Amino acid sequence: MIHFFIPQPASFDLPPPISSEAPQIDWIYNLIYYVSVFFTVVITGLMLYWVHKYKRKKGDKRVETPHYPRLEIVWTVIPIIFVAFLFHIGFKAYLGQTMASQDALEIRVRGQKWQWWFTYPNGREAPNELYLPVGKQVKFVISAVDVLHSFYVPGARTKKDAVPGMYTTMVMTPTSLGDTPVYCAEYCGAPREGNPEPAYAGAPHGGHSAMMAMIHVVSQAEFDKRMTEGPSKPEGLTDAQWGAQLYKSNACVTCHSTDGTKGTGPSWKGIFGKPVELNAGLSGGTGSATVDESYVQESIRVPAAKVVAGFAPVMPPYSEQALSEKQIDAIIAYMKTLE
Amino acid sequence: MAAITTDSHGHAGQGDPNANYLNNKKGVMSWLITLDHKRIGVMYLVTVLAFFLFGGIMALLVRAELFSPGRTLMDPDTYNRIFTIHGVVMVFLFIIPAIPAALGNFVLPIMLGAKDVAFPRLNLASYYLFVAGACFALFSLIDGGVDTGWTFYTPYSTTTNGAVVWMVFGAFIAGFSSILTGLNFIVTIHKLRAPGQTWSRLPLFLWAIYATSILQVLATPVLAITLLLLILERTMGIGIFDPHKGGDPVLFQHFFWFYSHPAVYIMILPGMGIVNELIATFTHRKIMGYRAVFISSLALALFSFLVWAHHMFTSGNSEYANMVFSALTFLVAIPSGVKVFNWTGTLWRASIWTASPMLYGLAFLFQFCIGGLTGLFLATLATDIHLHDTYFVVAHFHYVMVGSTVFAFIGGLHYWWPKITGKLYDEATAKRAFWVTFVGYNGVFLPQFVLGSRGMPRRYYDYLPQFETLHRVSTVFSWVLAVGLFWMAFMFIQSLRNGKKAPRNPWNSAGFEWGSPNPPPLENFPSQPTFNRGPYDYHLATDAEIAED
Repeated sequence: MIHFFIPQPASFDLPPPISSEAPQIDWIYNLIYYVSVFFTVVITGLMLYWVHKYKRKKGDKRVETPHYPRLEIVWTVIPIIFVAFLFHIGFKAYLGQTMASQDALEIRVRGQKWQWWFTYPNGREAPNELYLPVGKQVKFVISAVDVLHSFYVPGARTKKDAVPGMYTTMVMTPTSLGDTPVYCAEYCGAPREGNPEPAYAGAPHGGHSAMMAMIHVVSQAEFDKRMTEGPSKPEGLTDAQWGAQLYKSNACVTCHSTDGTKGTGPSWKGIFGKPVELNAGLSGGTGSATVDESYVQESIRVPAAKVVAGFAPVMPPYSEQALSEKQIDAIIAYMKTLE
Repeated sequence: MAAITTDSHGHAGQGDPNANYLNNKKGVMSWLITLDHKRIGVMYLVTVLAFFLFGGIMALLVRAELFSPGRTLMDPDTYNRIFTIHGVVMVFLFIIPAIPAALGNFVLPIMLGAKDVAFPRLNLASYYLFVAGACFALFSLIDGGVDTGWTFYTPYSTTTNGAVVWMVFGAFIAGFSSILTGLNFIVTIHKLRAPGQTWSRLPLFLWAIYATSILQVLATPVLAITLLLLILERTMGIGIFDPHKGGDPVLFQHFFWFYSHPAVYIMILPGMGIVNELIATFTHRKIMGYRAVFISSLALALFSFLVWAHHMFTSGNSEYANMVFSALTFLVAIPSGVKVFNWTGTLWRASIWTASPMLYGLAFLFQFCIGGLTGLFLATLATDIHLHDTYFVVAHFHYVMVGSTVFAFIGGLHYWWPKITGKLYDEATAKRAFWVTFVGYNGVFLPQFVLGSRGMPRRYYDYLPQFETLHRVSTVFSWVLAVGLFWMAFMFIQSLRNGKKAPRNPWNSAGFEWGSPNPPPLENFPSQPTFNRGPYDYHLATDAEIAED
């Protein structure tokens, strides 16, 4: 189970701010909060005080309600001035999260049921986890594959809907090293049956609520290293053990169980080396196939080519940028251990 | 000088002093094909209360699942269907019809000194359209259910399996009930006011119903067309919301909210209308700034059409569009604030009786402050981007829809109960049930503001452990709220069974509806009344009119 650290809220109401834009938004939030509390206390206080003081007594005279036109004007004009001010500061701060500079780091985000995919400028792709260099403005270019999703980074106080057929953009400048979560904030359903594992280990369950990702804000040096380095097997692990890690971190776990339960995709238990019946696929392949190294490799790169009968062709393709050949070898090694 | 005079000509039914609308005809058919607005109002009341119970049980199930992280009671797909039906039933089958069609139908003609509404047959037809719509919507439950949320956003609603078409068609049919009731009320208020009842003597509840009716007539057709387009998209794939066919999923949001924003004013305006009646009666004063209050009702109705895209600040609209809608949304806050100041001002140097209906009116004032002020966070662009689609929004709209409108509805139910049933309920029980309901209600929704600002998104089946405490608090208080409401329901049932007979004017009100007996005779007044004063002119009302009998 991947352990991640979410720091305690910086204030009672709000998560710790991790971007340069967030403190300004928090300031506005707090202003509205204190004004609201003030008004609620004043109105409720007057209400309670007067209800007590003017309790109906025998002999109370029934009189006309007095008229105070000047007071009515004052309590109409002052709120107008306040909301005009609030509109202005709100709009200004909002623009800071929407306008990107020319040299912003551009990250392409794709949302689909139920995981986030990220593409870096150099073409590298990965699901569920995003590395960003601290202090650099990021421009997210966001879209969805299937239905509406929403890319929400509470630490940066920002979100933007992921819309199929359209690109939306969102800007933030992370200023704190560490991890900050991303949640999906537009309802997008849940698995039809059961309660399978989320794509990001440790995330909540349930489709829409499982669609969590983690942003790792790291130093520029570490970011550069990650962009150039090939993904390599961690020290001391066998191929199969690395494969088991990749099975989770690349979201295979969302659709393929290891205990025989049928999910969105076939279970890997005992599947390696087995003959399987196929649906018609992209390349018109029908009939049957054997789940050997070649089949697995093709099904990762071009999943729709040979789909096992009884399953829908919804698996996303993993390009060379998302999974290297060495990583596919490790996954195959892991599959072989699943008797 | 009697303020309400009646003419001297005899009228049918004047013979038996105990004849009233409840006993003048007997049998099930006399109810099912009645043209009497009072019976129609009672049928609506029973129906909407049944839907409130159903929607409330769904809410308890939702909160129960959220008691702990992970699976508590049900799988994610079931949870999604339950929160969807909770929203659809509460919005379309309870809160939109409740005050206008149930309480409004009963009280409106009486407050006008009229015998009935302008179009009694249309009124009955509205009721049956409502029931038919409800049947279609609820049929969807047994035909696979719906898991889209009550807002039916595309493309999820056009591609998910399930009985979306039945549910959406049900809302489509029920919408016509809303439109026809609105039409009926507008004509009635224009044409059937008793002699002496000028526009400036109109009770504020009727000003509110009037503004609401305009919204119902103008806005609901847009929903009808939107739902029809959704049905065509699902059944025939016309592609208007499908990006693969050149359509735009966000277009649905524009269409949907163009109705649904005015719809929330259809919900709140009648509630505000009731609060006017409660405060006037229980302070023995005319509402301060009567003119400002009715003008603000009309202003809210007008402005409500201009702000729909504040539900869509993160949907991908341009910064320019967002700016315009944010500015217009702030405008809508001003008339609401004016009302709150006027209601509070009415209390100053008044003569206040904190009877059970008034408790609900005062709770409205407190809860509407919270609901309205939290709207400021959402109108402000910078903060809305963070709070949109989180529990902060859920808490905001429950404070205005439940903490304000439903509390007003319950206050109105208590207030007009003697008029509708001719019986009294137990006042001590009513006050105790109020306190339990008040504490339970605030305990459910106050924590949800913090959940939202801390980043907890809406419509989540499961959540990270850091959110558990606040969710647990909210769930436990939902049980307290349920106890309060059930206690109140039992109190009303007891009143029906063996409640004391109600006097003519149990609340010592100067309102026109208290000029006739409880329950009212079939034609509401013994003979045609003439109004010589306003409904809140306590300084002109005679002691005889204000007295209980």
